[in-house]
Amino acid sequence: MSTVTDAPPAPPALPDKPRKVRRRGRLVPYWLLLPGILWLVVFFALPMVYQASTSVQQGSLEDGFKVTWHFATYWDALSDYYPQFLRSVLYAGCATILCLLLGYPLAYLIAFRAGRWRNVVLILVIAPFFTSFLIRTLAWKTILADGGPVVGALNTLHVLDVTTWLGMTEGNRVLATPLAVVCGLTYNFLPFMILPLYTSLERIDGRLHEAAGDLYASPATTFRRVTFPLSMPGVVSGTLLTFIPAAGDYVNADLLGSTDTRMVGNVIQTQFLRILDYPTAAALSFILMAAILVMVTFYIRRAGTEDLV
Amino acid sequence: MTTLQQSDHGGDVRLTGISKTYDNGFTAVRPLDLTVPQGSFFALLGASGCGKTTTLRMIAGLEEPTTGTVHLGDQDVTGLPPYKRPVNTVFQSYALFPHLDIFENVAFGLRRRGIKSVKKQVEEMLDLVQLGEHKRKKPHQLSGGQQQRVAVARALINHPKVLLLDEPLGALDLKLRRQMQLELKRIQTEVGITFVHVTHDQEEAMTMADTVAVMNQGRVEQLGAPTDLYENPGSTFVANFLGTSNFVEAEIMGRAGDALTLRAGDGKLTLPADRCSAATATGGKVLVGVRPEKISLTHADDAAGIADGRNRITGRITESSFIGVSTQFVVDSPLCDAFEVYVQNVERDARLVPGAEVVLHWNPAHTFGLDAAQDIEAGVEKVSEDAAA
Repeated sequence: MSTVTDAPPAPPALPDKPRKVRRRGRLVPYWLLLPGILWLVVFFALPMVYQASTSVQQGSLEDGFKVTWHFATYWDALSDYYPQFLRSVLYAGCATILCLLLGYPLAYLIAFRAGRWRNVVLILVIAPFFTSFLIRTLAWKTILADGGPVVGALNTLHVLDVTTWLGMTEGNRVLATPLAVVCGLTYNFLPFMILPLYTSLERIDGRLHEAAGDLYASPATTFRRVTFPLSMPGVVSGTLLTFIPAAGDYVNADLLGSTDTRMVGNVIQTQFLRILDYPTAAALSFILMAAILVMVTFYIRRAGTEDLV
Repeated sequence: MTTLQQSDHGGDVRLTGISKTYDNGFTAVRPLDLTVPQGSFFALLGASGCGKTTTLRMIAGLEEPTTGTVHLGDQDVTGLPPYKRPVNTVFQSYALFPHLDIFENVAFGLRRRGIKSVKKQVEEMLDLVQLGEHKRKKPHQLSGGQQQRVAVARALINHPKVLLLDEPLGALDLKLRRQMQLELKRIQTEVGITFVHVTHDQEEAMTMADTVAVMNQGRVEQLGAPTDLYENPGSTFVANFLGTSNFVEAEIMGRAGDALTLRAGDGKLTLPADRCSAATATGGKVLVGVRPEKISLTHADDAAGIADGRNRITGRITESSFIGVSTQFVVDSPLCDAFEVYVQNVERDARLVPGAEVVLHWNPAHTFGLDAAQDIEAGVEKVSEDAAA
């Protein structure tokens, strides 16, 4: 991601001042960093360490958990729950692609064509955030209800035949199928795709489009050779902002799916809150984190965004 | 304006009755006929907002004319989108593609036309603009002057019928601008492509162009070779916009051969009849103009030594500023309170200081006459306008 990562600027050297003052001046940036660092330590580093130690503990709620360096938990978790892992990646991947396909044209319209409606449309994109995530997801239960207008329309248009063939739906229903979960994920994470896309599209100088046109590029070629490459930072940050939370999500699978659509988030939630098997839950979290890190690193390398201005 | 439609000029740019009115009702270009001969270096000169850039963009296809047609040679390109027109533009901000290196920027047009082996051409073009060793750099790694040359190379490599330059030197500092003016002129002579150059810098237009069209409020005020425009301005706007002019209001007394005799205040002035663009009937009013560098300055004590037949005006020096090659005087005279005179620093008369009584005199052949019914101040560059442009 090519977001701003500027280090705090080094204070200018003051050769005329006594040494003591200069040293204190040099420490100022670190004092300013302190609240942030404390926040990270308390709310990120410590919980991580605690969770890491939990993941190698053994025991039960009655007898208490003890650190036994039982790394086999990781292997057991992976071999027991790899279908849920794969499902998470698959659903999150589908949702990310759908978000990109839906979000890019919208972001493009907002950036280049909306004119004075730009801010209104942007607010409309963010407006759903004013309602609770849960409520919005539950609304999809109604939207996709069996025998409802949406399912009816999809049926008439034979879309369901295709999705059934793809294994995303079963019979004449959408609710409690993978498609419903993907729809929920797409809907819930769409703004996270649109906003970074919009930001990077909006920054493109309109004269570059004119220059491309002047140099014999048709509008389609201009998009392919100029607009899209220049929007890559937005594509990369948008897909990451969509994929990462979607891969760990469990609400959509819980509310819109069935036991056959359980994602790794659902497993972690069950392990932690119902079965109270803390080590397995912690190990699953770490595996998910590692898997996402590996995929993201690979993806960023491939996208080559460090090259972009 | 003369058009050369009869003669065989297969690559001329021909604008016929072209105009542009924007949706908000602003008319940028009023119906305009203009022919740019093939192979010429043509400048559209004017202050900001005079319609010169809009005219250029209509040739490029980036702006749709409200009325009129654009012809390139015999082809009517009015309805063609920019990517189908055989013209290329050097944009004011260069508009280089930031994600492509210099080589790919220059190769862009060739690749879009499906040319596979671009290496040799691109390298030749980069050599022409002396950027061969920078071909793998990104635009933001180059200086303004280098970016400007990339922009020229990127357009020229396509061998357009016409190269359009939209104030391409505006962002450069003065010294670099002078250098690039010569460079562009050299390239134009070398490749022989028609250049249409938009600028608000009169000196730039005069140095580079074969033909200059001075635009004002969406119209072409005057069109001609730089020396022609300078020596024979057709309006006060042109006279003031190109260099500096002094004006005196005078009444036509009569005609003696090829010369008109005029009365200005108590004095008499002579004006060649063919240099008067206004009506020459006796009794009519004209504006008599003369360029500051044509005027000689003689101290009032030596007035007897001035040759007969020269136009003369008496006055008093109010200001003098020494600028190296010349000294610029402002002279207060009964006819005009701020007569500008530039005197070469050859043999300086030490008596010519503010307060001195002087006689201004010049060869009548350098006088020009304009219609008196116009604003004397038209086209005088205001400092604020210049800064905004």
